[in-house]
Amino acid sequence: MVAERPTAGTWLGLAEEAIELAATEGATQAEALVTADDSALTRFANSEIHQNVAETNVQLNLRLVMGRRVGVASTGRLDREGLRAVAEAAGRIARNVEENDEFVSLPGPLRPIPDLPAAFAPGTAEASPELRAEGARAVIGAADDAGVTAFGSFATTTEAIAVANSLGVRAAGERTTSQLIVVAMGVEGGSGYAEKAAVDATTIDAAGLGREASARARATVNAVSVEPGDYPVVLEEYAVVDILDMLGYLGFSALAVQEGRSFAEPGRRVGSDLVDIWDDGADPLGLPMAFDYEGVAKRRVSLIEGGVCRDVVYDAQTAARDGVESTGHGLPAPNPYGPFPLNMVMGAGNASRDELIGGLDRGLLVTRFHYTNPVHPKLAIVTGMTRDGTFLVEGGRVVGPVKNLRYTQSYLDALAGVEAVGRERRCVRGFLGGAVVPAIRIASWTFTGGTEH
Amino acid sequence: MRYAGLPMRELSDRALSTATVRGASYADVRIVRRLEESIAIKTSRVEGVASGETEGFGIRVLVDGAWGFASSHRLEPDEVDRIAAQAVRIARASATALRHPVVLDDRPPAHGTYVTPLVEDPFAIPLEAKIGDLLAADEAATGVRGIAYTETSYGARREWKSFAASDGSYTEQTITHVGAAVEANAIEGDDHQRRSYPDAGGGWNAGGYELVRGLDLAGAAEPLAEEAVELLSAPQCPSGRSTIILDQNQLYLQVHESCGHPTELDRVFGTEASYAGTSFLTPDKLESGFRYGSDLIDIVADATAPGGMGTFGWDDEGVEAQAVPLVREGIFVGYLSSRETAPRIGRRSGGAMRADGWNRIPLIRMTNVNLLPKPGLSLEEIVADTDDGLYLSSNRSWSIDDRRLNFQFATEVAREIKGGKLGRLYKNPTYTGITYEFWRSCDAVGDERSYKMLGTPNCGKGEPGQGGHVGHAVSGARFRNVQIGVGKW
Repeated sequence: MVAERPTAGTWLGLAEEAIELAATEGATQAEALVTADDSALTRFANSEIHQNVAETNVQLNLRLVMGRRVGVASTGRLDREGLRAVAEAAGRIARNVEENDEFVSLPGPLRPIPDLPAAFAPGTAEASPELRAEGARAVIGAADDAGVTAFGSFATTTEAIAVANSLGVRAAGERTTSQLIVVAMGVEGGSGYAEKAAVDATTIDAAGLGREASARARATVNAVSVEPGDYPVVLEEYAVVDILDMLGYLGFSALAVQEGRSFAEPGRRVGSDLVDIWDDGADPLGLPMAFDYEGVAKRRVSLIEGGVCRDVVYDAQTAARDGVESTGHGLPAPNPYGPFPLNMVMGAGNASRDELIGGLDRGLLVTRFHYTNPVHPKLAIVTGMTRDGTFLVEGGRVVGPVKNLRYTQSYLDALAGVEAVGRERRCVRGFLGGAVVPAIRIASWTFTGGTEH
Repeated sequence: MRYAGLPMRELSDRALSTATVRGASYADVRIVRRLEESIAIKTSRVEGVASGETEGFGIRVLVDGAWGFASSHRLEPDEVDRIAAQAVRIARASATALRHPVVLDDRPPAHGTYVTPLVEDPFAIPLEAKIGDLLAADEAATGVRGIAYTETSYGARREWKSFAASDGSYTEQTITHVGAAVEANAIEGDDHQRRSYPDAGGGWNAGGYELVRGLDLAGAAEPLAEEAVELLSAPQCPSGRSTIILDQNQLYLQVHESCGHPTELDRVFGTEASYAGTSFLTPDKLESGFRYGSDLIDIVADATAPGGMGTFGWDDEGVEAQAVPLVREGIFVGYLSSRETAPRIGRRSGGAMRADGWNRIPLIRMTNVNLLPKPGLSLEEIVADTDDGLYLSSNRSWSIDDRRLNFQFATEVAREIKGGKLGRLYKNPTYTGITYEFWRSCDAVGDERSYKMLGTPNCGKGEPGQGGHVGHAVSGARFRNVQIGVGKW
């Protein structure tokens, strides 16, 4: 099923061709980014496959600089005519825009691109529709055994990225990612969740995830209402990823700091001593990525250490503004949103899952959050719902399921209230990429409403 | 345009033929070219200008009652053959975990063309003229003392697409959407206040550059920025229960989240359960005549509404655009539906299948989900008719549970209403409720004078993710006894 895939080196050649064409348009600097994806996703609901898709796509993004004027154009047409057209389009823009007096330069070759063999798995690159269907059937079988119904998806992606610029940056590589998501639902209203993200799809234990979600679905039958209010909580890894992602989105970006909208200040204490968060594109526990979309090697960046803010992530533009080097966190141009940490990791603690829950006198165990959104970005106040497994804990033991609750909570206050951190961690895919996270216990979480299920 | 030079019919016929020969009982193919342009201004600096194009095709097949879909950017005959074969192979894999073979409703084969009506082609307006318009607005906002940064944006998208199906359907459509908006941000210490115009979603609608000119961004920017600064010293929104009036810039998103999404019939049947969730509007509620809102609530999904981003000639499975009532006089009466889902409730497709480009399958999406105006009072007259309450404007955040019941919204600004007059500002306003209780508490809906179309350019759904362009025409409305001021501040 997998067609002969051009190598990342092939795409680098295409990128070089594009920057040569940019020079003929009068570019003083140019950068070409090629992203080539072979991705597929098998989706199941009501214990059957109902959507099953595949995509082959290549896109070339050309950033063309004339002095301090910058134009960006992209195309999926990769023949000579297409490349010439995209160079003309970028040149036309650059000639017609105002000068950006803050533009300094595209990045030069800052440091070597590390070789990350852990970023690529042939098992994912060669994953067939039959393999994904087999995974779906394993989940469905586990749900059948538990008397619940399975919903979810199994995705496999091979992504080649090549970046070349006129200052000598050359970066090319392939990475693979996969993810299996399971929601199990019982006829009496119970629901449970399980998920695994991995470089190698063949390492995902589909039946095991099916059993995990199904067990939660059975355990959440006949949930009762609890009054909204402040409760100590244990957040499973699936919930913790949202805290990292939201803080990454709101504050761990140099642009957010430069614009004055970030909470992050070096030396500011925002978490308890137990909180360590960093970004590391080389961590094999996550979904590794050697370089960013500007071709700059990713550097490990400490974001919070012992509860204290340390650094933030940079791309070329924000780095030039602060007179520092890019940390390798740039996104494709044009990018008014700034750099983001796409490989966040939270340090493990020493608590077992039982110890995390055992520390709750009366509190809630939350499996995951749903539809979270910042209410006040700078204070990192976020609202969202619990979903697919919320439980009351009394005397250190889970006593039963509760109906889902809405919360309105500062994620910074949550970090300050971290009392214990799990020793096990999972790779979970959030909205900023793959994160490696433990479960945590937090002294207080503000629930502000309830719902009917 | 290169699109017109491509042998669209030949490539489509080849895709359908290959799929059918390989065992598909039904096949359709969409060939899509999308052209986009964006301009981002930040604090009077041209931060990013980009144009982009993507083209490709997607083939959807039914084999043994199971779906398969494959897509590619290479519009070449050999690639069409490869992708058609891949779609069939994927469908056969789907069939290994199938319990209910897909049955599609009948519809007459679709034929024809559709083009978005517009006055000024946004892609023909010189770039420097568009930048000039945006800079004028941005500089007006930046010039206000106390503003930390501003963002002024413009976007345009044109999509040419053909649809062909094995039942003989063939349509071609050219859809054009544009959006422009200005946003001012004031920051002091840990406080950050924002105001945006014409809405927080980028001011998108269907049409040409005349829509951007009609916004008068430059005229709106300065008072907008002044209000952002004023919010820094405004009191916190009080907590409790209150009468609230939602202006159009907030009400459209309330309709989107609490009526549009829960009436998607695929969601009702669980096919979004692992991602965005399901819906409380189950088919038994359709049969029982569930009271969704007060008698004033009439909501229609209208793919024929002028100017809406959910307006088209045919949906992406060849069903003609139509207006489908969802709520009539407060009673739940219909769904957004597809050829696969509608027969399961004994109905015909409402024509709501839309795909985000050539590389995505069509899903049930909102078209233009509109809250119809009620004769009587304009939005301003509703304010004048209100003794005590809050006037909430411009969305700041949104969240709703996985069955679309418990929602919470924040708006950029609230104004106190006393004795029918707008008074002081409150900052960080929030309100929350349960969907049907909220809509039942509605006791005034604005009339035609306040009725306007707004667009949502970032409606997320599906795996892999799809962004939808949908429309909502609303006129503002009043709700009683609503929980406001949520959380600790």
